[in-house]
Amino acid sequence: MTNPATIRLEINGRSHTLALEPRVTLLDALREHLGLTGTKKGCDQGQCGACTVHVDGARVLACLTLAAQVEGRAITTIEGLSAPGAALHPVQAAFLEQDAFQCGYCTPGQIMSAVACIREGHAASDDEIREYMSGNLCRCGAYPHIVAAVRQAAEATP
Amino acid sequence: MMDFSYTRARSIDEARDLSIVPAAMLLAGGTTLLDLAKCGVVEPTRLIDITHIENLDTITVTDSGAAIGALAKMSRVADDPRIRENFPAISESLSLAASAQLRNMATVGGNLLQRTRCAYFRDPATFPACNKRAPGSGCAAVGGVTRNHAVLGTSDACIATYPGDLAVALVAFDAVIHIGPRAIPADEFFLLPGATPHREVALLRGEMITEITIPASPAARRSTYLKIRDRQSYEFAAASAAVGLDLAPDGRTITDIRIALGGVATIPWRCHAAEEALRGEKLDPETIARASALAMQGADARGANRYKIDLAARVVARAILKTGEIS
Repeated sequence: MTNPATIRLEINGRSHTLALEPRVTLLDALREHLGLTGTKKGCDQGQCGACTVHVDGARVLACLTLAAQVEGRAITTIEGLSAPGAALHPVQAAFLEQDAFQCGYCTPGQIMSAVACIREGHAASDDEIREYMSGNLCRCGAYPHIVAAVRQAAEATP
Repeated sequence: MMDFSYTRARSIDEARDLSIVPAAMLLAGGTTLLDLAKCGVVEPTRLIDITHIENLDTITVTDSGAAIGALAKMSRVADDPRIRENFPAISESLSLAASAQLRNMATVGGNLLQRTRCAYFRDPATFPACNKRAPGSGCAAVGGVTRNHAVLGTSDACIATYPGDLAVALVAFDAVIHIGPRAIPADEFFLLPGATPHREVALLRGEMITEITIPASPAARRSTYLKIRDRQSYEFAAASAAVGLDLAPDGRTITDIRIALGGVATIPWRCHAAEEALRGEKLDPETIARASALAMQGADARGANRYKIDLAARVVARAILKTGEIS
């Protein structure tokens, strides 16, 4: 076993120092070492999008990112989208209003992806939303409501 | 995932020195490498992270062409307005690939090196025989489920499809892959499987792709990447075509045409015979359909992938009509 290395991760504006083996993914670091279980493990192979987080503002898959790779980068997870006790992020609120989930397992990844999708300017039409949200699978098939939620949040974004 | 060490390289020279040992691998976006490490297909003992090497992600576009640093992310190249204007097929090949998240992670250098999606290759526990993974062990795909396997450029040793999109557009427009001072035409960078399918590209141990250059041309400026697949998005090509077109002032006579195929061959597949048949001809649907069939010359189906022969010819024809704006 390769000895754990000391890694500093900036997550949701807070700095964390962890002793991690080099092979530990960002996803496992978040869930198993930091208790940030909002980011979900679906396929663990980069196919489902459940583990979507932001690194320096860009949406990426935490399951195909080594924790060591993102040392020094700013990481945002679903837990960091709105401050505890504060109002929900507009995309979170839109998902609630549009009932954009059934079981909810893919939802954190969907929301993180949607926040970035809107910020990128890729949510101008339903077709564009479908194309740019295609990396997030929903086994329950809540897609029509997910598209409606992203559209609602995009329209409310100046 | 097996155990490995992790080191950040600060320069190209350092990356070479660190990666020259066996079982060391360069790590860029990680979208292929970490996936395959989890599948047990690659077993590196040492990963060299090259993404912190500076000035390897610049995109330069001049009158003579584009130069794209190997570490530029797929999403950034796809969205670059200069690439979209001067090389639309390059931009489209990137934006139609993978998902938004993967495009934010994967670099264009790494994208060229992505490995086949052959289900037998990706599952060593169930299918030990794979000449790509273990030279001489045989091919579990031959005689297996072949719906996604190649019909062009195959050998008895390997029928795995090259999965990428960008490389298809690159070979169509005579791009060059730079490996430090060494430059290889994209068309020669990818190796046919023959009897040695484990050798996929013309990279030697310790070498890394540093830059991709694409010469400007009227055909590159008037180009399309058409990708047909089993689902509308986030899927590999059943068949795809990069097509570029230059027309005489009459708007109908083809003065230059570039055609390359994806999703049907073991390497990105340039279609010189179809190009030759169309140069100097008029842009009309019948001529195009006849010439497009030439793109599939030598195709060899093995069971369920037979559909690709007709499909790919039609994709070529439709891409030409679309580029010529007569459909």
